[in-house]
Amino acid sequence: MTDTTHARATHLEELEAESIHILRETVAEFANPVMLYSIGKDSQVLLHLARKAFHPAPLPFPLLHVDTTWKFRDMYTFRDSFVARHGLKLLVHQNRKALAEGINPFDHGSQKYTHAMKTQALLEALAQHGFDAAFGGARRDEEKSRAKERVFSFRDKHGQWDPRRQRPELWNLFNGRVDAGESMRVFPLSNWTELDVWHYVLRERIPVVPLYFAAERPVIERNGTLLMVDDERMRLRPGEKPTPRKVRFRTLGCYPLSGAIESSATTVEAVIHEMVHARQSERQGRLIDHDEEGSMELKKREGYF
Amino acid sequence: MDTALQAPLQPDLQRLLDEHAHRSLLRLAVVGSVDDGKSTLIGRLLYECDGLFEDQISAVRKASAKRAAAARTEALAQGLKAAAGGGEEEELDFSLFTDGLRAEREQGITIDVAYRYLSTARRKIIIADTPGHLQYTRNMATGASTADAGVILVDARLGVLPQTRRHAYIASLLGIPYLAVAVNKMDLVGYERATFERIGSELADFARTLGFEGVRLFPVSASRGDNITRPSAHTPWHEGGTLLSWLESLPHQRRLDGAPFRFPVQYVIRPHQDYRGLAGQVASGTVRVGDEVQVLPSGRRTRVEAIDTFDGPRAEASATASITLRLSDDVDASRGDVLSHVDQPPLSLQHLDAMLVWFGEQPLDATRRYLVKQGTRTTPVQVERVLWRKELEDLSEAPAETLALNDIGRVRLVCRRPLLCDAYQENRRTGAFIVIDALTHDTVGAGMVLGRAESASRTDTSLVSQGEREQRLGQAGAIVLLPATPAAVERAFALERRLFDLGRVVATVAGDVEVALALSRAGLVALVHADAPLLRRALREEALEARTRWWELDDTETLEQWVANLTSEAGT
Repeated sequence: MTDTTHARATHLEELEAESIHILRETVAEFANPVMLYSIGKDSQVLLHLARKAFHPAPLPFPLLHVDTTWKFRDMYTFRDSFVARHGLKLLVHQNRKALAEGINPFDHGSQKYTHAMKTQALLEALAQHGFDAAFGGARRDEEKSRAKERVFSFRDKHGQWDPRRQRPELWNLFNGRVDAGESMRVFPLSNWTELDVWHYVLRERIPVVPLYFAAERPVIERNGTLLMVDDERMRLRPGEKPTPRKVRFRTLGCYPLSGAIESSATTVEAVIHEMVHARQSERQGRLIDHDEEGSMELKKREGYF
Repeated sequence: MDTALQAPLQPDLQRLLDEHAHRSLLRLAVVGSVDDGKSTLIGRLLYECDGLFEDQISAVRKASAKRAAAARTEALAQGLKAAAGGGEEEELDFSLFTDGLRAEREQGITIDVAYRYLSTARRKIIIADTPGHLQYTRNMATGASTADAGVILVDARLGVLPQTRRHAYIASLLGIPYLAVAVNKMDLVGYERATFERIGSELADFARTLGFEGVRLFPVSASRGDNITRPSAHTPWHEGGTLLSWLESLPHQRRLDGAPFRFPVQYVIRPHQDYRGLAGQVASGTVRVGDEVQVLPSGRRTRVEAIDTFDGPRAEASATASITLRLSDDVDASRGDVLSHVDQPPLSLQHLDAMLVWFGEQPLDATRRYLVKQGTRTTPVQVERVLWRKELEDLSEAPAETLALNDIGRVRLVCRRPLLCDAYQENRRTGAFIVIDALTHDTVGAGMVLGRAESASRTDTSLVSQGEREQRLGQAGAIVLLPATPAAVERAFALERRLFDLGRVVATVAGDVEVALALSRAGLVALVHADAPLLRRALREEALEARTRWWELDDTETLEQWVANLTSEAGT
């Protein structure tokens, strides 16, 4: 029975095929889908998969960037040049009311700020355009609650998620039925890990924001986190003076809320090497418990995770 | 900006990348009761295969130390010497790695499966972590639906329990080909060979009756790490290797590769007049450029002109590649259709028997409206009857009228449009379907096609054509939905009288979708009055799907205007 005339698919090929299936299924079943675009590496991978899914046709949905106005300057530059080069349709949405009220990450705390500038802004944008499905780049390996997230994640008329009412998801059969006003968040990268994402970036030569690679950047250390001073809006505390350090970012968000890590990885290969190496050293480290716990704390203070 | 590196790589980095590139994917379902040590086993696997991040490990290390200290204090207070087994090394409590779930459970978020990810040098493994909970059937079915392999845990002290048999049965029902039985907590029975072999032979005999391709037994201690990723010195008599080496050795998706070619059309890509591509995922088998294929249900034959991808054309594609096919002729094909080789078509079943796992909080109700989604096709379905329900205590078949939450049974279904499918035993992709409640939109069941209903009556075809009916009656069948007003019934009767007097063959229906569709198929004009919004929507959707002629009347118009509209268009 076994067909041996062709090579077996590697796990990246299988993940790719599964994600494309999810993308196409969503577009087939929904009237008005949109792709959330945050300019990060996961967004870049998701966008690349979407271009594959509908090739040679253009993307059958727009991109939506929920803009807090506090992203790194490099991210805005990257976004605009990438979108222009590929002729993509990009919507940018800001919570204007919150902006007018002067809500910012320094005075209002990260929770209040995030709720206003990201969550509220997203719900505003979805309602304003009447989107009934929104693709996101979230992965299940990111955190424990995400490990339970469905690929098709139902939202009620208020955009809310009720974990008790999740629809069971079997095989590759996704239930995309919603009523007017209800919507679906769709996560085609659910089964990808961070390492898969980087391997795919390497394999497909997907461009990503240069902030993911190590370079000398003006940095301050605050509460054990390395923060990059990206523009003059950064509020420095007494005694804080930006100094150049060789750092990179594992995840990208608003610059006052994104911790950097010290690194010398300037290429995708080096980033992968650094990730794998960090885990392997941990494995060896379990023999020397006490020593290990101290160094772990140190790394965490440096903002490793 | 091009991130590609041109310079040659360090040898160890190159090896690392190559290794990763050549790994295959394995989907694993781990099942067991609450105290069988399932989360400890998964935690142990993740830890020993580097599936965890450093901060997760240090958090667990702290929590474990705290627990151990508390246990020691308690032991001292009771005047005991150092607690047994706790002496020489500080142990990690591996169950804490999946502890987030436990907290969620305490908050009452008791649902389904969590997925975890494991990497070895040869494989990426997606683990469906199915809580061994009251809702095990639904959890298990979800986790098992895509699994290439399953691991069942048995507590060595307790042996094979009814629960264990249920887990094995559900694993076999969902078509998991390979099963490992991990006889856990061997450390607590002194690594006794006789205990292991007694449990093993009992389970192996049972599992063989269920038809697994392979069943393997492992004596393990999840908390101590025996025979999980490393062979144990405590079980020199065990020759079956470790659980991990078994997982790495399993064939992957063999059945899909070997099965006949199936391509459910997912989406039509049409950027301009000269390009029409059928996008989809190869569900099974292999297709090559030049192959003769047929489009079902139309049965039209044509050839594969090209297999397109973003990365360029291909000569062939196998399951489970997502591709775009172009056909030699301009054959009509759209979402829901299936392409196959001409000599190996799928079944086309309108009346079918299936195994059904019921998830709905409300029991299955034959009078309720359900939809079936199979492949890329969604169609209304009627549950003709429940043939029997599996008694999970002793796996016997009990007569049943319905299926309640977590029940498994055999049912007979009638689909509005035929399913283009295979028996689930032969093809897990095309033989599977989900059942959706048409009104709430919840996913209420998981189905596995057994085959054609044995006593199927012939309602899927008719010896009288649509054209013949139209000629005889001088009209085309249609559904007319009246506005939802308090006076709808009277207006329906008034309209019926007027149309009848004008020579139409017409009947009034009180909000029954099946009846309305049957009448319109027979060539009648069915006047439907219904005020429930959900029912009206169901009627709209299904009339659209059945391609029935359809009117929805506007409340602002008079009876005369209605008659005028209907008679002028009905004549065309």
